[in-house]
Amino acid sequence: MKRGIEGRERPPGRSSDDKQAEIWACLQGVMDPELDESVTDLNFVTRAVVDAKDHVHVEFRLPTYWCAANFSFLMADDMRRAIGALDWVKSVSVVLGEHMYADKINAGLAQGRSFQETFGAEADSDLDSLRQTFLVKAFQRRQVALLSHLIALGQSPAEIVSLTLTELGCLPLDDAGEKLVRRYLERRAVAGPASGDGPGFVDSNGARLKADGLAGYLSNLRRVGINAEFNGALCRGLLAARFDLETPFVPKSRTMPASPGT
Amino acid sequence: MYRTAKGEEIFVIDGHTHFWDGSPANQRNVHGKQFIDCFYAYHSNLSPPSEKWEKEKFEKYDAKTMFDDLFVAGYDDMAILQPTYLTDFYKNGFNTTERNSALKKSHPDRFILNGAFDPRDGTKGLEDLHALSEKHKLKGVKLYTAEWRGESKGYKLTDKASYQYLEAAQKLGIKNIHVHKGPTIIPLNRDAFDVADIDDVATSFQDLNFIVEHCGLPRLDDFCWIATQETNVYAGLAVALPFIHTRPGYFAHVISELLFWVGPDKILYGSDYGIWTPKWLIDKFMAFEIPADVTKETGSVLSMETKTKILGLNAARIYGIDVEAQKKKIRAGGGYAHLSEAVHAPR
Repeated sequence: MKRGIEGRERPPGRSSDDKQAEIWACLQGVMDPELDESVTDLNFVTRAVVDAKDHVHVEFRLPTYWCAANFSFLMADDMRRAIGALDWVKSVSVVLGEHMYADKINAGLAQGRSFQETFGAEADSDLDSLRQTFLVKAFQRRQVALLSHLIALGQSPAEIVSLTLTELGCLPLDDAGEKLVRRYLERRAVAGPASGDGPGFVDSNGARLKADGLAGYLSNLRRVGINAEFNGALCRGLLAARFDLETPFVPKSRTMPASPGT
Repeated sequence: MYRTAKGEEIFVIDGHTHFWDGSPANQRNVHGKQFIDCFYAYHSNLSPPSEKWEKEKFEKYDAKTMFDDLFVAGYDDMAILQPTYLTDFYKNGFNTTERNSALKKSHPDRFILNGAFDPRDGTKGLEDLHALSEKHKLKGVKLYTAEWRGESKGYKLTDKASYQYLEAAQKLGIKNIHVHKGPTIIPLNRDAFDVADIDDVATSFQDLNFIVEHCGLPRLDDFCWIATQETNVYAGLAVALPFIHTRPGYFAHVISELLFWVGPDKILYGSDYGIWTPKWLIDKFMAFEIPADVTKETGSVLSMETKTKILGLNAARIYGIDVEAQKKKIRAGGGYAHLSEAVHAPR
């Protein structure tokens, strides 16, 4: 996943390695908005380096030459913002490679322009509403996964819907279950603000889920998850085929004879 | 033709095939190269290793190869030729109605030739559609709403011009409107994949069938909802079906949802040839059963009757194919000579 990390001379204070680690941690938190998976887990990021002047440079690529320009821009912008928020970072450059709009997107990013400013009249939908649409889908998908997990553990619909946010955070669960809770809580605010004694499970409009009809609610939402899983599998596969990630990489200069010693 | 162990003959209509030329000689620019490369990635990624083609064959195959892959090695009885013009990327177009028509001419009983239109072509385009329909007696067209053209970054079926074209199609007897709603060409905005416009035109044009190719992926969730509400909306399985090999678990979920929401009478098999070939797709599909835990969730079962509908009967119904009469024609032409008493059934 972290191929291409390049060490540089050690600046005073934080070590270069520490900075690298911080950069990768930031990138880990940037999601492909549609797949709701990290751009590093998806293997999109090929390079992330910091120079002696604390300028950070990130390169990434996508599963196809044709991946939607607005999503590509959105991910690049998120990477730039996430890294830019580190207090020691002086500047950030993010470069998209091997994409139909690479030049246009890279120029827009370099000049700090918005998607609309970059694409002008061609871009008619603003990224904020798009981002919101997919945040809701991510919220629903994470909720379905968690609800299904709790039901499989034998929790009744009545018990589940009565949980407050605090109670939900304190459920005694195994690692897999805890991860589901953590991921759900990360997106819980998409459905509206809530305090600790507020309902843990609400629909995307913020209304508390009801015990009656929970099964129907789940089956309606399940499609969102299946769709995302499907797209995730497709995107990973296309990226792997495009950049031949399946074949183990053997540098030509170091190719060894098949049977050493003969 | 697929024969089961009990000797049942399953008539197969492949709802989605192409006869393209993506070769370097035909590529107009880098986009042409990237386009066929992307198709090849789909092919490489989702095909079983034994079914993988060399890049050169994939870029341009001849008519005989295609005929053999579909009808001799494969189980297709008939195949629908769907055009994809892409004249901005390819000198002679990628896969035009004209190119496809050579196959139809050589094997009239085996191919259904579909046309295409683009509402942004104005009055000239309407005239062309009339001429194309008259020449080829079209029963269907393939549309790409997300395709760029000049300054336009796609269109919606709800646009005024689209309505004019759909009205013209209706008058010309073009009943089947295949709409590419799936992974697509040059999407600037992700909403080019939006399936909401299908909902509107399916209501307005009750006499037309709208076949949503790739079942709305990457918007399966929205698509299922629309297809449930409209009686004339169908799901084309191309691109979804190959997952049966690489990700059978996910395929089980997808086909279950489609059966639950769209129903067994409105799902159409398609190989998307030459991206994938019918033989292995149908072998796996015939052997496939939805796992019990998924059936428990959705209540969906992939029975033999349902498989028969998906593989051919649904397409036969909307294209007005009399299956028994068609089988006779194909048999008379020697089309089943290679089958002898072969049995294909997995069990």
